[in-house]
Amino acid sequence: MSDSNPLFASRTFRALHEVGMVVLLLAGVVVVWEAAVYVFKPAPLILPSPSGIWDEFLLAPAYFLRMSLFTLYTTLAGFVLAVVLGLGLAVGIVHSKFMERTVYTLLVALNSVPKVALAPLFVIWMGTGIEPKIAIALMLALFSVVIDAVLGLRSVDPDMVNLARASRASSFDILRKIRFPNALPSVFAGLKVAISFALVGAIVGEFVAGSEGLGFAILTAQGQFDTPRVFVCLILLGLLGTALFYVVEALERLLLPWHVSQRVPGGPGH
Amino acid sequence: MNVHTASMTGTAMAYVSISGVRKTYGSPRGPVAALEGIDLQVREGEFVSILGPSGCGKSTLLKCIAGLEPTTAGQIVIDGRPLKGPPHDMGMVFQRDVLLDWRTILDNVLITAEFIGRKGPEVRARASALLARFGLGGFEDRHPWELSGGMRQRAAICRALLCDPKLLLMDEPFGALDAMTRDDLNLELARIWQDTRKTVVFITHGISEAVFLSDRVVMMDRNPGRIVEIIDIDLPRPRHLALRETPEFGRYVAHIRHLFASLGILKDDDPETGSGDHS
Repeated sequence: MSDSNPLFASRTFRALHEVGMVVLLLAGVVVVWEAAVYVFKPAPLILPSPSGIWDEFLLAPAYFLRMSLFTLYTTLAGFVLAVVLGLGLAVGIVHSKFMERTVYTLLVALNSVPKVALAPLFVIWMGTGIEPKIAIALMLALFSVVIDAVLGLRSVDPDMVNLARASRASSFDILRKIRFPNALPSVFAGLKVAISFALVGAIVGEFVAGSEGLGFAILTAQGQFDTPRVFVCLILLGLLGTALFYVVEALERLLLPWHVSQRVPGGPGH
Repeated sequence: MNVHTASMTGTAMAYVSISGVRKTYGSPRGPVAALEGIDLQVREGEFVSILGPSGCGKSTLLKCIAGLEPTTAGQIVIDGRPLKGPPHDMGMVFQRDVLLDWRTILDNVLITAEFIGRKGPEVRARASALLARFGLGGFEDRHPWELSGGMRQRAAICRALLCDPKLLLMDEPFGALDAMTRDDLNLELARIWQDTRKTVVFITHGISEAVFLSDRVVMMDRNPGRIVEIIDIDLPRPRHLALRETPEFGRYVAHIRHLFASLGILKDDDPETGSGDHS
């Protein structure tokens, strides 16, 4: 919109303001932490100082980068598979009473099972390579994709469907032009949860078996009582998780400029 | 005043012919009759309003005519063909505009053409012309949430008219609008009808709206939903808002009001009931 520039500027300003506050808060935590370690001198095994953690990172940045990239790759692979499979299942569930009674009921029931407990089984089935890790990430992410997509596909104004049927639309057209776009806000709510779950799944997979990734790096560092290295991995994990979440959110903004949460106020009215 | 019974003459010219239609819904306490013994003929190019209290099944009847709801018994014939699913050549307007938030106004109007596989510059040009005619010329690239309720409903009417349907079904299209916008749209609809002479079935609970727009008004009662009376509105066309102040107009309104009062639907001590478009 042509008249949105000042509003957009103020929105950017607000976003920057928010980021600034968070950075300030984190900086405060780091300063207090550093001071506390300086004053109370705990063993580095218990609590390393922020500067110690930074030094640890500088010792082997390539190693940490490789571990991070492996975890990122596993997470994204699991996530993308979960999205494709999940949306397919959701469409099937909404269109078929049979699938609703079987697949959906089963999924909802399984959702209450702690799925990470299945991780060792995946390793037995698929070995210690990347496959079981992707599978666990996929499994953890799948539920929120399916459940929110089903919710979105179902919550369509019946008159919207009536309008399409009155115009003799095919059911594929109704799905493509009405149900699916209408479901996107709900789908994205699911995706934002799913991306975090995919990361959890990747780490759990690396915990159980493997020789790559941040989960593996944490486990080996713990075995060597290298607490600073554990902290480096945790911080990288935190950064990775935050970045992934915001990528999905940016994608949502890009694809759903029409949604209530994204609108710029000030329509003409009359 | 011409008062008919439910069954009308002139079947030969009927565009919509409804005979003996019954509609029952299953409910935990057994079947509920939504419509009972509906007989109605709508001539080609006629504007017919169906007027009744909420729960009289008028919207259900419209959905049956649209082929969106199956009837339990009876027959609906449209343009000589027994109804099986939504007929060709039909446009529909609902109480809520059901515009799609992710489409621009122009693309919203175009969707009815897309559904039947019509695309291209001629359709777009027609959509633009319709929007311009309904005072939405500058709003083609806007999104529905940038428009007021009246403008949105105008866009919904454009959408229904895009493929130039012979039959226009309107389900309380102005029920959610404020009184002034409603007057405005009543005039616009009267003008469009004057120009195009489409066959219109118009559902409403506004008495003066029904009288103002229609050639005939069908009055329904509830439990079960049935037609109680059909009256001809012999008022000159084209119609203007001043018509509503004439004694003839007042007599039609009074007649309908008395009928609903005698049915116990309107109670004189209740200023709310039935005054839908008199604010």
